[in-house]
Formats: sequence, structure tokens, C-alpha cells
Amino acid sequence: MNLGQAYFWICAALAVIGAVAAVAAKNPIRGAMGLLLMILSVAGLFLALHAQFLAAIQLIVYAGAIVVLFLFVIMLIGPAASTPPDKRGLPSRIVGAGIFALSGIGAMVLLVRSALAAAAAAPDAGTAPPLPPSDFGGIDTLGRVLFTHGLVPFELSSALLMVAIIGAVAVARGKQSDPTVAAKTAEPSKTRAKEIAS
Amino acid sequence: MITTNSYVLLSAILFTIGGIGFLVRRNVIVTLMSIEVMLNAVNLALVAFNRSMPKAHTGQLFAFFLIAAEAAEVAVGLAIVISIFRLRRSVRTDEADLLKN
Repeated sequence: MNLGQAYFWICAALAVIGAVAAVAAKNPIRGAMGLLLMILSVAGLFLALHAQFLAAIQLIVYAGAIVVLFLFVIMLIGPAASTPPDKRGLPSRIVGAGIFALSGIGAMVLLVRSALAAAAAAPDAGTAPPLPPSDFGGIDTLGRVLFTHGLVPFELSSALLMVAIIGAVAVARGKQSDPTVAAKTAEPSKTRAKEIAS
Repeated sequence: MITTNSYVLLSAILFTIGGIGFLVRRNVIVTLMSIEVMLNAVNLALVAFNRSMPKAHTGQLFAFFLIAAEAAEVAVGLAIVISIFRLRRSVRTDEADLLKN
């Protein structure tokens, strides 16, 4: 086993451990830490796949923004964020998850079988794909592709983020965003200010 | 050496873990985290396929836009979680039944 294989297996094991922790943790803070572990190991796998720019984006956007957002919301909600397990509707949930797991395991079996068949057909050819050019996945080339082939989706994604920010503010603000309520609460203070002034 | 198949297999494992968590857990925050796990698995598969065909950057471009869409999804999703918590004092998915009846 050489260094690249050891790197892959370590990152893969950490990603699976982090995913299981994120999904199964009773305490959501521990779940967020598991999510962080998975995100960091997936960023490591991006580096092994010659996607340096995406690895940096993964660290900035996921580890820097999304996990922190999760932690903020968990702390805002407080102790109610960790709900005790409830048994209502457990059989239907188990059946649904079991069907999903069976289809996932079926996909994995197909993958392993095709890999074994390819290895049996050509024992020496079933190795890693050929090395890409040295600028593959760097910020230079990917930025060039982004602003030539992906210009329209890029602009659309900026519009999507803008709409999401406005929507998040509008949804999370709650009842105080209602203008009539705001006017009602503002009026007495205004009249009181006038009384004090007179 | 590690082939594309191993990466896709790892991606399938992560996606299945996330999907099971999404279907079994009742906590909205954990459900959102499961969606994150699933989308990360998809990103890993896209980048791995791009690595096996390094002529173009299509897979990495797609993964980039997926990350942007996911940031928007998490922002709106967590805003909805806070809104439901204000109304119901709970983060369980089955207590968010305002449209029932």
C-alpha cells in the first residue's frame, strides 16, 4: 500500500465516521461536529482528485459558513434543539429507511461487480486514470471555464443567493415584519414623546 | 492505485447514510444535516467522474454550482426552522402541521 492509497483510505474512513456521527448523534452539536469531520475529509479527497479550487471552496463555504450557521441556530434554539427520541410512527420510518438502504446497497453491489469484472478482463489496465495536466482544477483554469461556458448559470446562481438571503431574512424575522404591528407598537411611544415635549 | 470506482462507492455509502438519517430522524436540524451529507456525496461523485475524464471541467463546474445552491438551501431551511420553533416551541418535523385540517 503506497502513500496515495493510505491517504484515500484514511479520508474515506473519517468521512464515513463523520457522516454516521452527523446522522445518528442525539445532541445536534455533536452532529454538527460530525458534519465538520465529514466536510474536512471530503475536502481532502478533492485534493487527491486534483480539484484544489473546489477543496478551498469546500473549506470556506461548508466548514466556514454552513457549519457555523448550524451551530448558531442550535444555540439560538437552546436545549429544545436536542429532542428525546419518540416512538410514534417508528415502523413506517424503519420500513422507508430499509427500502432506501436496500436500493443503496444494490447500487453498491452493482459498482463492486462492475469493478471486479473490469479487473478480471484487464488486470493491468484497471489502475488509476491517467494524470491530468498540471493546471487541471486550479483556480486559473476553472475560473476561465466558469466565465466562458458557465457564465449564465453563474449569474443565475448569484440571483439565487440574493433571493435566498432576502427570503431567509423575511422568514426568520417573524411577526415584527408585519407593518401594521410595527406601526401599532411605534404609535404610543410617539404620542408619549409628544406629551413629554408639550 | 485508487480508481474512480472506489470514489463512487464511497459516495454511494455516504449518500445512503444521509438518506437513512433523513428518513429516520425527527429533528429538523438533524434532517437538514442529513441533506448536507447527501449533497456532499453527490459532489464527491461529480469530482471523481471529472477526474476520470480530465479533458473538460464539467464535473467540477457542476459541483461549484451545487455548492452555491446548497448554501442558499441551508440559509432558507434554517430560517424556516427558527420560524417553526417560534410558533411551536419545538423542532420536531411532525409538530410542524400548520396546514393540517
